[in-house]
Amino acid sequence: MTAIDVSLEELKFLRAAAFYDLEGTLVSTNLVHTLGFYARNQPGLWRSFKKSAATLLSIPLFAVTDQYSRQVFNTLFFKRYRGETEDRLRFFADELFEKVLKPAVYPGAFELITKSRQLGLRQVVVTGALDISVAPLMDYLGIDDYVANRLEFVNGVATGRLLPPVLAAATKASWIREYAEREGINLNDSYAYSDSISDLPMLSVVGHPAAVNPDFRLRQTALHHHWPILDLR
Amino acid sequence: MALALRRKLHESVIYIDRDSAPRIIPSGEDFLLEDLPVGTRVIYPKPPIKGLPNREAAIRYAINHPLDCDPLYAQLEPGMRVTIAVDDISLPLPPMATPDVRQTVLEILLDMLAGHGVTDVHIVIANSLHRKMTPAEMKRMVGAKIFDEFYPDRYYNHDAEDPDGLVFIGETPHKEPLRLNRRAAESDLLIYVNINLVPMDGGHKSVAVGLCDYESLRAHHEPQTIRDSDSYFDPQRSALNHKVTRLGKIVDRTLNVFHIETALNNRMYTGQMDFLLKNEDDFTSFDRMKFEAVRFAMSKMPRAAKRKLLHSIPAQYEMIACYAGRTEPVHEKILQKNFEQYSIPISGQCDILITGIPHISPYNVNSILNPLLVQVMGLGYFHNMYRGKPLLKKGGVLILHHPCYDDFDHEFHPSYIEFFNRLLPETRDAFTLRERYEREFAENPSYIQMYRRGHAYHGAHPFFMWYWGENGRQHVGRVIVAGAENAHVPEILGWERADNLQEAIAMARSYMGRSAEITMLHQPVIAVCEVE
Repeated sequence: MTAIDVSLEELKFLRAAAFYDLEGTLVSTNLVHTLGFYARNQPGLWRSFKKSAATLLSIPLFAVTDQYSRQVFNTLFFKRYRGETEDRLRFFADELFEKVLKPAVYPGAFELITKSRQLGLRQVVVTGALDISVAPLMDYLGIDDYVANRLEFVNGVATGRLLPPVLAAATKASWIREYAEREGINLNDSYAYSDSISDLPMLSVVGHPAAVNPDFRLRQTALHHHWPILDLR
Repeated sequence: MALALRRKLHESVIYIDRDSAPRIIPSGEDFLLEDLPVGTRVIYPKPPIKGLPNREAAIRYAINHPLDCDPLYAQLEPGMRVTIAVDDISLPLPPMATPDVRQTVLEILLDMLAGHGVTDVHIVIANSLHRKMTPAEMKRMVGAKIFDEFYPDRYYNHDAEDPDGLVFIGETPHKEPLRLNRRAAESDLLIYVNINLVPMDGGHKSVAVGLCDYESLRAHHEPQTIRDSDSYFDPQRSALNHKVTRLGKIVDRTLNVFHIETALNNRMYTGQMDFLLKNEDDFTSFDRMKFEAVRFAMSKMPRAAKRKLLHSIPAQYEMIACYAGRTEPVHEKILQKNFEQYSIPISGQCDILITGIPHISPYNVNSILNPLLVQVMGLGYFHNMYRGKPLLKKGGVLILHHPCYDDFDHEFHPSYIEFFNRLLPETRDAFTLRERYEREFAENPSYIQMYRRGHAYHGAHPFFMWYWGENGRQHVGRVIVAGAENAHVPEILGWERADNLQEAIAMARSYMGRSAEITMLHQPVIAVCEVE
């Protein structure tokens, strides 16, 4: 399931889109903040402590694997959700938004989205975060469509695996290409924004890529390709 | 004809003969020594007018004896709302040694305002669609005391893309809209502090351009207006000036503006670099030694380091006049002073005009002179340094000396890069560029964010830079760039290239004939050539 709700009537008038990565690009949080929030909100103090400590101790491992490969990172990272119930994750989504995500929205994010919308661009977020956790944020930012990663649940309990397609690196670009074909979007006139070198494929498929608050490697790439470098912080 | 042309009219004009020394030509961040053909006319800057001995006193006198309005102190009331707008870093060039004249004026003004119980004071930099100045640049311009007291809440850059920070003022009968900085427009009194380096600065341009938005600017920053400006340095014959004056009339009707204008002399360098302003035939041994030392040191440095070094040398300008009051009479007085400093009588046009392109322009202070800015300097500014007739005959050859490196500043000039690499290879026609692409760039959300939150020139600015050369492009027959280190930059700009100046002159003579009259602008120079 992709969380898309598009009116076909509206699309007739749209010719291009703006594709955003989310974490690090529009908000200052990353996947670990979300995991940390859920870890802190376990049933029982001992379990909360255990989960929080495990999350904290895993951060170096996450950092190393993220540098190595986003796919490997995802495999390791989302295992931490094993055993979480779906209703619990959904129940805390609003609180996660209010306490963690909303304050983390970069000051320039709204402006960027507003200016982009004024150009008639469809606003689309393509994120490796969990669909459950980002839904309220999408409404808050006024995003038209979004696609996010989805946990696999068996009998309402997370298995720690993601349902395909796992959105990361090249799969984001593939999703954008399919989306554009399906919705009649001209990628040459479209924009893409990301903070991470792992999103290079996503940036490469549009005519107007931009690096936002970029990491070192993406900054170097953006300089090399003469892409605009934005700071929304 | 040739004899008549060579009659010496002015101390700033000399002719090369068999015994003449080679001339220094700046070429980007380098200084070259070139032999010029016998008979070449070389135009030097006029000697600087002596600066006013006490500039604080001159400023106070101007404020207390304004033209066509009440003195400033008589306009002040406790509790009133005052905005002071100041020119941005594009003036003067290079940035002047501290204290900047704006600092001196501001210190006097703020003291007077405080003395009259005026506490609601904002200082706005009238950067229009130029890049926003960095905090360090802002501090240097006004001094630490004012900076610490006012920055960032009450001392900031104008934002031409802030929807809440702009207000519609009116429209001329020619349907030219004017939207201005809200704080400035809604103040009880707007004081503008100007530096008039050249005759195209100041006057109504200060408020109507410096504090406006993109839609207001595009009404006059467009190719036809530029073509009809003959030249920018001649306000009477500048269509751009006429349009801005129309907008200024609206400003005069709707806002209470107290204009303070200052004129500077042209003492660009003193001390170690003063040889750049001298006739090479008059060089002392010490001058030659200084030049060789600079040339040697520069030859050992990487380009970025040379750039850094050159941008760190402040100009030693001195204030030669200050007037205050209503915009038009004040500007008229200051223009007289500008022309007194820059006007050079020239006998006859030339067939071939040579000019080096130095490292700096109004749009790359502390940055790179990218290919579009090389174009602006050559076809925009240097071509337009005339009143009456251009220095170069219609269809003549313009020789520029610059490496034409394909180098852009990603922070300051992001939209220039796309303009240069994507649009210019498709078309160099200014009207087509404006029609097809200007708005796309102006509305590009990335460029807007970089302008608003960073220090980038507005997305539409490279278009204005291209239009700026339109008058020169229509007039000049060919442009040859000597010393270009690559072939593609001159090609994209529509120019021919030569390895060195001698080759460029030979090429130009092959087009214009062996007896072609050659003139060189001895850079750095600001002049208004009054061509007979």
